[in-house]
Amino acid sequence: MTHSQSGRFAIVGVGTTEYGAFPHRDDYGLAAEAFAHAVGDCGIDKREIDGLLISRLPHHARTAETIGIEPRWTLQLPGHGRMSGIGIVEAMAALDAGLCNYAVLLYANIGRSRRVHYGGDEDPGFWDPWGFTSMGGIHAMMFREHMERYGTTTEQLAEVPVAFRHHASLNPGAVMRRPMTIEDHELSRPICEPLRLFDYCLINDGAVCLILTTTERARDLKKKPVRILGTGAQESLRHSSYPEMDFWYEPTRLAGESARGQAGVTHDDIDALMAYDNFAPTVLFSLEGLGFCPRGEAGRFVEGGTLQLGGRLPTNTDGGHLSNSYMQGWALNVEAVRQLRGEGGDRQVADCRIVQYVQSTPCTRSIIYAID
Amino acid sequence: MTLSASAPLRRPEPKITPLSAPFWEMANDRTLATPLCNACGQRHFPPGPVCPECLSTDLGWSPVSGRARLVSWVVFHQVYWEDVREDVPYLVATVDLEEGVRLITNLAGAAAEAPVHGMALTVTFVENMSGQLLPVFEAA
Ligand SMILES: [Zn+2]
Repeated sequence: MTHSQSGRFAIVGVGTTEYGAFPHRDDYGLAAEAFAHAVGDCGIDKREIDGLLISRLPHHARTAETIGIEPRWTLQLPGHGRMSGIGIVEAMAALDAGLCNYAVLLYANIGRSRRVHYGGDEDPGFWDPWGFTSMGGIHAMMFREHMERYGTTTEQLAEVPVAFRHHASLNPGAVMRRPMTIEDHELSRPICEPLRLFDYCLINDGAVCLILTTTERARDLKKKPVRILGTGAQESLRHSSYPEMDFWYEPTRLAGESARGQAGVTHDDIDALMAYDNFAPTVLFSLEGLGFCPRGEAGRFVEGGTLQLGGRLPTNTDGGHLSNSYMQGWALNVEAVRQLRGEGGDRQVADCRIVQYVQSTPCTRSIIYAID
Repeated sequence: MTLSASAPLRRPEPKITPLSAPFWEMANDRTLATPLCNACGQRHFPPGPVCPECLSTDLGWSPVSGRARLVSWVVFHQVYWEDVREDVPYLVATVDLEEGVRLITNLAGAAAEAPVHGMALTVTFVENMSGQLLPVFEAA
């Protein structure tokens, strides 16, 4: 007999801080603020919380002490962005196993104020002696291969940051709100060709909190639960010293198939997509892996505003990592919740019932959310 | 962006470990080599403590032909190391060796001026600032 998690767990509370540069605040203070917003959002009695998962925060013990909780399930994940999807899936497993009843997931990033650069001596690697470094360099190497193999252009790539900037212009909380055109993208400073400045995520401070519980317990809380209908996971770690020159196609395909299969939905049912976007190319890779377009055709698929509100597949409606905030996937899951609740304001997707999250990364995850 | 054979490359110095030392020593003898498992005959890279296929610790170093194909390339404009600044912008390439091992490297000569996807390459060696020879690739 198969054991299904589909629909049995839900996100009941979400909280975010302001995003920007906060040199006088620390990780724990930002996390505490996001936590307070999430508690207020769902109206939970804080004493009920018995599960804690953190990422990028320095220490689980100080986190619990700061926010005054005594969990019976605790998990501390490293600060990599791919940990957001992993964290949500792990929290579901803990709820499913009865290890906790209410799981708080907390993430804080103070990379802007700490002047993190994500490359060079901060992140030493085997290829440094040839000058190869940074996640951006890896994505640039992958995108050049995509250009050569499929004829994808940088103008097509520009559709991604342009669409997300449009969404950010409608999001009062976003860091970068000035409208951008494809020409602005093409004229922006090259960082690691073929990628330019506007293909790179922001680096900013902020924190995000999610509260998960069972769908049954969720009924006693303030807002309509956002149910998790399906998840999928596949790593690509076997050759992790190298750029993944197959664009995480197979892991993303498998994760997407699993999530859609559990959820019992098809591509046409997806009202909005939240795609991990540390760099613009990975959004194209996500679209191909998930099967929203045939392999190699993501460049043509996104032309003409496909990813914009009102387009065929509104994607990263908060502005994503490229224009809203670099909250490493966590804020994209919050945006999925807000869209499903109808809390999107000027950027609300009409009649939004089902949203898919995907991170095409060395640890690929996809999650399908729905509201009744 | 020319990698002239006479000018030393400004690049970060290799952090040589017991695992990687043979690679750099053989490079100084103008030999490109990878670990080869004596138990199962598989090559792997970068060098690891065991064979990732069969977990044997009976590993040796074996030269490769130096023949490769160009897979992809990028041009760094961002300065990630201060010592590299004067060489920016510079090109970095992914190449597949005939022996089935992938490398991240630099291109020299005409290949650096006009890289072509899939072009045939062959290894050559260029000095960095400390005199260490770096394996890089030029048009075959
Ligand atoms: Zn072996």
